[in-house]
Amino acid sequence: MIAAIAFYLFATLTIGSAIAVIFARNPVHSVLWLIVAFFNAAGLMLLLGAEFIALLLVIVYVGAVAVLFLFVVMMLDIDFATLRTGFSRNLPFGFIIALVLMSEIALAVSAYKVGPAFKGRDIPAAPVPNIVALGQLLYSRYLFAFELAGLILLVAMIGAIVLTHRSRRDTRPQTAWKQIARRPEDAVKMLNPGVGDGMKL
Amino acid sequence: MIGLAHYLTVAAILFTIGVLGIFINRRNVILMLMAIELILLAVNINLVAFSAYLGDLTGQVLAMFVLTVAAAEAAIGLAILVIFFRRRGSIAVDDVNRMRG
Repeated sequence: MIAAIAFYLFATLTIGSAIAVIFARNPVHSVLWLIVAFFNAAGLMLLLGAEFIALLLVIVYVGAVAVLFLFVVMMLDIDFATLRTGFSRNLPFGFIIALVLMSEIALAVSAYKVGPAFKGRDIPAAPVPNIVALGQLLYSRYLFAFELAGLILLVAMIGAIVLTHRSRRDTRPQTAWKQIARRPEDAVKMLNPGVGDGMKL
Repeated sequence: MIGLAHYLTVAAILFTIGVLGIFINRRNVILMLMAIELILLAVNINLVAFSAYLGDLTGQVLAMFVLTVAAAEAAIGLAILVIFFRRRGSIAVDDVNRMRG
């Protein structure tokens, strides 16, 4: 009973905030609604017993991706009002596409016969904790794919840095090697001027 | 009783909302990227739901990889967006065909 209430709560909040993401006028609000959607999806995955994925969703999506979106939205000085000009023109077409897609999914699902594996079945109880089981699988059978995922992240990181890096000509940065190479005998001169001779530099 | 079909329905609705978001925000790339994130979230819910009801953890491993790719895609997409904005001063995707590639 509690599980059903929790499911409907998380599901309606996820879908409602997803709708708010695509219809919000202000992109900052869109990002914030996206965070709400991710939190509630994490709740759904907790209900399914996938604790690790749920926590990963919160850490990766909310902690990294949504903050990245927020950074970009706030950093770039974008006139969002002009970007919404085609909004009402695209609306009917978009709804037609969405309707077609939805009816296709409904048709496919209703035509599909549920196999005996799923018939009225509850989630099977896990013998070991989810994180333990997932770790055992990741570090044995899917080790290569796991390493590959790390490589993908590395390539993405380097790619993002290379893409956005620029060497600015209008700044005057320190030239560290010159500062380090400077010796006291080159920089300091001992003078002993006579009285009234003044100083020649 | 909450079954597999409930989760699949939520995922299907989320997927459709994501596609709708791409179609109605044709000019705003940031919102399109967010809609792609929604689509990937729907896929993840599907994977995890099937994995949980089958008692097979492979689906959750796959969901993790989808998460990885989604994070990488968001980073690269936003980086491209930033340099595009630096060059053009706007992010309207209608003018992206400027290069006639």
